Amino acid sequence: MAKITFIQPDGTSNVVEAEPGVTVMEAAKLNEIPGIEAECGGACACATCHVYVDEAWRDKTGKPAEMEEDMLDFAFDVRDESRLSCQIKVTEDLDGLVLRVPAKQY
Amino acid sequence: MLDKNPQTGGEGSASAIETDVVIVGAGPVGLFAVFELGLLDVKAHVIDILDKVGGQCAELYPEKPIYDIPGLPIVTGQQLTDQLMEQIKPFGANFHLGERIDVLKREGERFRLVTDAGTTFLTTVVVIAAGGGSFTPKRPPLEGIEGFEGKSVFYSVRKIAEFMDKDVLIVGGGDSALDWTLNLQPVARSVTLLHRRDDFRGAPHSVEKMRQLVADGKMKLAIGQVSALHGQDGWLDAVTIKAKDGTEQRLPITAMLPFFGLTMKLGPIADWGLNLEENLIPVDTEKFETSEPGIFAIGDINTYPGKLKLILSGFHEAALMAQKAHQYVYPGKKVLFQYTTSSSNLQKKLGVR
Ligand SMILES: Cc1cc2nc3c(=O)[nH]c(=O)nc-3n(C[C@H](O)[C@H](O)[C@H](O)COP(=O)(O)OP(=O)(O)OC[C@H]3O[C@@H](n4cnc5c(N)ncnc54)[C@H](O)[C@@H]3O)c2cc1C
Ligand code: FES
Repeated sequence: MAKITFIQPDGTSNVVEAEPGVTVMEAAKLNEIPGIEAECGGACACATCHVYVDEAWRDKTGKPAEMEEDMLDFAFDVRDESRLSCQIKVTEDLDGLVLRVPAKQY
Repeated sequence: MLDKNPQTGGEGSASAIETDVVIVGAGPVGLFAVFELGLLDVKAHVIDILDKVGGQCAELYPEKPIYDIPGLPIVTGQQLTDQLMEQIKPFGANFHLGERIDVLKREGERFRLVTDAGTTFLTTVVVIAAGGGSFTPKRPPLEGIEGFEGKSVFYSVRKIAEFMDKDVLIVGGGDSALDWTLNLQPVARSVTLLHRRDDFRGAPHSVEKMRQLVADGKMKLAIGQVSALHGQDGWLDAVTIKAKDGTEQRLPITAMLPFFGLTMKLGPIADWGLNLEENLIPVDTEKFETSEPGIFAIGDINTYPGKLKLILSGFHEAALMAQKAHQYVYPGKKVLFQYTTSSSNLQKKLGVR
């Protein structure tokens, strides 16, 4: 299992236990994390599962692939640390991952 | 057949289009409803706010594979849409695309429906196949943006000439942003295209054209994101643009067109006096009829115990709905249960005999 921390814009945070193999978006939805909309259910087709990856974790989560980078054009306040959480697969390596949820998906 | 705004009649006018059924939504389920109704000689008009048919399949995932359509091990969203259009062709349904049904009310024995463009229908039966609701442009989460909408912030262009004396900012990197940049550039006082990166996923020839206009000094390209809006009483006079390095710059403009894709919003359905449960329409599981006799709801928009938002469930719902709709359209007439494989009557309707 991997522990993932979601930090809300107001500073509150939730820690969830995610099973390796699911996506970070799925882990968030299963645990009803506010602010992750995921309207397309993980198809990289909506950009409403946008998160900011904590500085310390950016190497481990890696960079968005081309399709994800294109879809990020539909997100707001996109930064270097932006990812679509449905495109990050949970692995044991990501145990401890820290993510920030944007103020609004749209 | 795919006529845009084919007939326009004002509310209460004599020019209402009379039909057996109006289907609200041209997603996969609305399209298949045309087939099931057609087999029973029930004629339909189909309305969708999108300028194309296929609903979520065509708008959100045209190129992505679907694996759980019975008998089609793999089919993309667009392929499924195209095949459905092929399948329903014999029934000659009329499509009204780019229009939203805003009004639905009972009128005697029938229903009156009116679109945002004023097209009016008088129908015996209404089938709501509205999925997750109307596709609506995403609103950038910028403070105060609502106050500018309709006056100086627009999500679509109705009349190009209205931008003649405007300094226009177009935001986005896809085809909509590029197309409107190219269309407005000759008309508007000035055009600036703003995108978060210097890389465009829109059609290459549009990107090339845009870059040439920039090189010729005919428009501007800016890289960054809007972080604040400035203006009064709905009229923009500038925006703040944040560059990748965090520096901010004020850009004077008088109109903004953001293109960040679409999201589904329930929309006018909420005002039709139907029972709603968390933005879904409760129906029975025999006929998929709503609390209002003669109004049915099928596909993603409905709810009942055990509901699954799957295309195949919507197809089943369409078949059962059609049986009851037939009774409203042809009161007292019995439907003989028949197979398309063996019924010469059905095959005639399908044009295969
Ligand atoms: C990325 C993704 C992948 C999916 N994969 C699968 C899969 O593998 N298998 C599966 O079974 N399902 C899948 N689905 C779900 C499937 O697409 C939906 O169940 C299906 O599209 C529902 O069809 P529908 O016709 O009910 O509604 P929709 O496809 O949502 O179409 C409804 C249409 O109604 C229009 N509309 C709504 N209100 C109005 C109005 N007032 N006036 C005019 N038009 C209106 C909308 O604009 C829309 O075009 C997937 C969905 C997504 C997003
Ligand atoms: S859930 Fe839609 S892009 Fe991630």
